[in-house]
Amino acid sequence: MENAVLIKTVHLVKIYPMGGQSIVALNDVSLSFRKGEFAGLVGPSGSGKTTLLNIIGSLDAPTQGSAEVLGEKVERLPHKKAAMLRNKHIGFIFQSFNLLPVYDAYENVEFPLLLLGLPPAARRKAVMDALEWVHLADRAKSRPNQLSGGQCQRVAIARAVVKKPEIVLADEPTANLDAENSHHILDTMEEINRELGTTFIFSTHDQKVIEHVRRKISLVDGQVAKDEIIPAAAEVLR
Amino acid sequence: MIIPRLALRNLLGAGTKTWLNAGVLSLAFVAIIWGQGLYIGIDAEVSRTMIKAEYGGGQYWVENYDPFDPFTIQDAHRPLTDPLQSLVDKGQATAFLIVQGIIYPGGRIVPVLLKGIDPGQKLLSIPSSVLKAADDELPALIGARMSATSGLKKGDTVTVRWRDAKGTFDAKDLQIVEVMRTTVQSIDNGQIWLPLQTLQEMAGMPSGATIVVTEKNYSPAVSIPGWTFKNLDYLLDDIKSVIQAKTIGSSIFYSILLFLAMLAIFNTQLLSIWRRRREIGTMMALGFSRGKIIRLFTLEGALNGVLAALVGAVYGIPLLAYTATHGLGLPADQIDSFGIALSEKLYPTYSSALVVGTTILVFAITTIVSFMPTRKIAKLKPTDALRGKLT
Repeated sequence: MENAVLIKTVHLVKIYPMGGQSIVALNDVSLSFRKGEFAGLVGPSGSGKTTLLNIIGSLDAPTQGSAEVLGEKVERLPHKKAAMLRNKHIGFIFQSFNLLPVYDAYENVEFPLLLLGLPPAARRKAVMDALEWVHLADRAKSRPNQLSGGQCQRVAIARAVVKKPEIVLADEPTANLDAENSHHILDTMEEINRELGTTFIFSTHDQKVIEHVRRKISLVDGQVAKDEIIPAAAEVLR
Repeated sequence: MIIPRLALRNLLGAGTKTWLNAGVLSLAFVAIIWGQGLYIGIDAEVSRTMIKAEYGGGQYWVENYDPFDPFTIQDAHRPLTDPLQSLVDKGQATAFLIVQGIIYPGGRIVPVLLKGIDPGQKLLSIPSSVLKAADDELPALIGARMSATSGLKKGDTVTVRWRDAKGTFDAKDLQIVEVMRTTVQSIDNGQIWLPLQTLQEMAGMPSGATIVVTEKNYSPAVSIPGWTFKNLDYLLDDIKSVIQAKTIGSSIFYSILLFLAMLAIFNTQLLSIWRRRREIGTMMALGFSRGKIIRLFTLEGALNGVLAALVGAVYGIPLLAYTATHGLGLPADQIDSFGIALSEKLYPTYSSALVVGTTILVFAITTIVSFMPTRKIAKLKPTDALRGKLT
């Protein structure tokens, strides 16, 4: 599986009907992502970054074309299978963290593992390991409202990687963070990417994130305008 | 086990709102058990009292006797035939003779039913032994209600007029030898109890009877010509109808209470789904299927029923236990307004069937009410939910 293609989109089109009109969010997007990539989807608002992440994450289906994720055609996946694919293989990080408010940090990170049916001891170890990666083991019992924005996002990262998924999709992960926290978050994700070989795909227009990515895909009006490997990263991907 | 665990966590995490819902629902829960228990208790007690005082194990009626048609009473008598006489002789039955009459207390004209009863009978709780009094005057027993309406008291004498079997009017003075206190209005209002044999002689109906009351647990082996056996189901039917009517009336009250509690749960569920749509989207992103989320939210709502049962148990068990042992007092002047033989204290009866039945009812309704708003989730797109939209 070393450098194997995990995600492949072919002539992907997504059209949203809106008040009698149609809005083309993605227009003929053909891309592939290999294992271990640290890639950024870059572009202004409305360029289709989130739509592409949603389709890759099997949260949405394309209008035309095909999106293959870990061998599964997203457009043909029934709802239950899509949920299983996300549960087992895909981690999500959201701009507004999306932590479950009544759970503490530990329980938020544990949540995906409960669905996987892991035994309690294995679950505990995985959760504590994940909280260690994000340097929040000492805040395991804190609820989201007791954590700062940066800490919340680190909990969200721990939740995304706790099950050691093949793919982590991060939608504007630093948009609500200050510069210092953004760097911490990105360093953490790079470290996880290096150590676990997890594929990270970001949607962002944050220059700080762009500086960290090793592949930059520029989207304009739903189309791929540029797809470039950052030279320093070329060696890693080879 | 993940869904029950998460549901409980979410429910308890909602704090005050959850406990308010549980509190309101527990009120309905306790009120239903208490109210139904009260009527079950009344039913049991009234039936017991009526059986003891009037119905025994069932009654034989002369064929043309209709207690609701006064015109039948004049001819509603016949001599006891062998099987009935044998029951009476063995002490397994006792006979009543009913004759219409008029008394003149204080110069007023008061129509009455003269009822002959064997002073030695032990089947019924009527204190008929007082009629054994050997006196020149006719001994008579009346109830407290009759005493109140007629103004007659113990020791008073009043003239009674009646018509005998041949249609001849006659009159005599009777003396009130006892005023009995009874909760059974149908052996009291408008009635004067006389010794059976004396009344038979007065009415020219030797060994005549209108009703033969049998002992408890009697079952008629053969039909007796000229007599119709009325079992307890028939005799208690009116009482059961009265109690059922009152139960229906109170059920409307419980239904309103339950409806309000369910409205609160329904509203909470709707608000919860609307407020937590991002959370729903996050759950979907983390791998929860729509079915699982519907089950989670339904269970969260349904657990309100469990919490209500627990909250209700905290104050309901002592309250219900107290009323079951100490009874509920009724104002003495209002007892008769119910139209059934109520005593001054009502003792509710809480059967396990009532508690289990009510629990199942509350759980079932709570679950249905909790499920209804979750159908929105079935149509919810993960991407819309994550954006905080409800599709």
